[in-house]
Amino acid sequence: MNYFPDEVIEHIFDFISSHKDRNSISLVSKSWHKIERCSRKRVFIGNCYAINPERLIERFPSLRSLTLKGKPHFADFNLVPHEWGGFVHPWIVALAKARVGLQELRLKRMVVSDESLELLSRSFASFKSLVLVSCEGFTTDGLASVAANCRHLRELDLQENEIEDHRGQWLNCFPESSTALTSLNFSCLKGETNLAALERLVARSPNLESLKVNRAVPLDALTRLMSCAPQLVDLGVGSYENEPDQESFMKLMAAIKKCTELRSLSGFSEVAPLCLSAFYPICQNLTSLNLSYAAEIQGNHLIRFIQFCKRLQRLWILDSIGDKGLEVGASTCKELQELRVFPSDLHDEEDNDTAVTEIGLVAISAGCPKLHSILYFCKQMTNAALITVAKNCPNFIRFRLCILEPNKPDHTTSQSLDEGFGAIVQACKGLRRLSVSGLLTDKVFLYIGMYAEQLEMLSIAFAGDTDKGMLYVLNGCKKMRKLEIRDSPFGNAALLADVDKYRTMRSLWMSSCEVTLGGCKRLARNAPWLNVEIINENENNDLMERNEEDEREKVDRLYLYRTVVGARKDAPPCVTIL
Amino acid sequence: MAYEEVINELNLKDTELRLGLPGTDEQAEVSCVKSNKRQFHQSNDEHNLKEEYPPPPAKTQIVGWPPVRSNRKNNNKSVSYVKVSMDGAPYLRKIDLKMYKNYHELLKALENMFKFTIGEYSEREGYKGSGFVPTYEDKDGDWMLVGDVPWDMFSSSCQKLRIMKRSEAPAF
Repeated sequence: MNYFPDEVIEHIFDFISSHKDRNSISLVSKSWHKIERCSRKRVFIGNCYAINPERLIERFPSLRSLTLKGKPHFADFNLVPHEWGGFVHPWIVALAKARVGLQELRLKRMVVSDESLELLSRSFASFKSLVLVSCEGFTTDGLASVAANCRHLRELDLQENEIEDHRGQWLNCFPESSTALTSLNFSCLKGETNLAALERLVARSPNLESLKVNRAVPLDALTRLMSCAPQLVDLGVGSYENEPDQESFMKLMAAIKKCTELRSLSGFSEVAPLCLSAFYPICQNLTSLNLSYAAEIQGNHLIRFIQFCKRLQRLWILDSIGDKGLEVGASTCKELQELRVFPSDLHDEEDNDTAVTEIGLVAISAGCPKLHSILYFCKQMTNAALITVAKNCPNFIRFRLCILEPNKPDHTTSQSLDEGFGAIVQACKGLRRLSVSGLLTDKVFLYIGMYAEQLEMLSIAFAGDTDKGMLYVLNGCKKMRKLEIRDSPFGNAALLADVDKYRTMRSLWMSSCEVTLGGCKRLARNAPWLNVEIINENENNDLMERNEEDEREKVDRLYLYRTVVGARKDAPPCVTIL
Repeated sequence: MAYEEVINELNLKDTELRLGLPGTDEQAEVSCVKSNKRQFHQSNDEHNLKEEYPPPPAKTQIVGWPPVRSNRKNNNKSVSYVKVSMDGAPYLRKIDLKMYKNYHELLKALENMFKFTIGEYSEREGYKGSGFVPTYEDKDGDWMLVGDVPWDMFSSSCQKLRIMKRSEAPAF
């Protein structure tokens, strides 16, 4: 290959898009490294503090698309202080300054400000796509800048962000000349939108394939939107608490029938059953359905809906669907690949026998041969069920089981669930992500370390007995990248056993475990290429000033990650970097 | 169960108010005033005992558990338990609306619970044929007659139930 001119090699590299593969290519030789980095258009940075923007730009001058992730995963569950970090602003400043021809920016769990969005909108003339997932810190004013200034904007996708809604006219800010939109998702906005502006925008966007509105878009507006966008492939609807009257219902149904390209349906933060039934005509075309926000709708309505969805590949639903509903799903949705069952009763105030149990899980595993990804919240589980699931579905890549009560054993045998999860990791040779729950001893980690050879991400909560548990995982799982542990009895011995292991991992999170300040300090000394962050929200935050005897004090939250740029400068007072 | 031992030890019968002469041991009727709620609980199924002795607090007080994003937590309407009062009864009951699929099941359950009969429902005349009328308080705070709107709409907007005596409900 070295005898080809660079342009030819570059052309060949163009066909290689996966980040992993491109990273591998760049390691082959100096010349390949150079060709690769100069031609690289898409870069994925899993931890925004592992590198800085200047070095990124230096290495990849042709950068067009950047993905950045900020806060650790457990930030989703309020375990990370609000002000922890993950600011995108320095990145945008640096990219603007270097005149990078940025076209696409995807951010997850980062802090974004209106100022950042304004700067973004003015700095990149070819900017096409903004995807923000679980971000916060901005308002609809920032969205207005993006709408107004990004002349070539095709995609504005806002997923589950905390956005301060100024109820302004941000939708009006899309110029009349803006006709290139392919994707618009503002489902997470809480306030009212300018419906007229939205309808005009949709009407002049013939390439619009994905539209997800927020809860404030009423039924008649939705009907009009669907009528002028029958080409939609992906639709997110609003909130429809009340049954529609006859006329509205007929109009809605007529509009829906025209959307023959519709494959994905979501939204429904509230939906009256009659409203839901208006979608029956297109059910058979659906490959993706998200009804997981429709808390009020009873299981029987969900079941009736799903019975029509024979081509479903992805289903996100609430546990109110029940085991019966999952049995129906198992016999109807033979193409199902991904299932997520969320809990509907979070306060456990109901003696609810209708929620899913291990029976539903077994049913779906038996009926859906293509199932490879599952997130399942339930109140009870058994080893027998997990063993059966493992036998039925050896193809799992993602297996996340959350039994709502911590430390809950197998409810028929009162034993731990070690054997059940052990069966899963043994059978599913391609397993990349695993979350365990229920009563678990060190043994389950022995199994995980022994069998989960492809495991990249592991989430542990209220599990294990001794440091051995964590050690089995660290020693056994060669491909581990992200390990997050809470409320488990793992301490310094496990943390410090193999410091070099953390070179091969992106990050480690440990909260409410047994690691002490002294252990963390020792780790930081032995691994200067790690940022070892202690998060402590108590009054007396200045850990460095404490005297030596406090080294035995347990650390509330530890987050460590490899980095090539040393300690970050933007940490808040509650975070100490050792 | 320790619970019952405690009840027995307290010898609550001495403090019980009943109709009837002291020394007689009749079962008091529902409409009598009882000073002791616990006796009432004693005669009921486990369902209510669980309410009296809720599961350990750990479940509801663990930070970040279950691992569900906050936008999902806010969305979930937590309970469908509603209080049920009956005119003349000394204490209220609670029922889980989600246990019933339609009005028929709900009314049957109420009849069993309070030992009375509800009359026949008709749109024009409400409930005929008994001394009681089932009403409910909706999300707007208005008192409505049970049965007018579709079941799903009722069960999602019902905040409270009240079984009124016909004499107090002339409008119905």
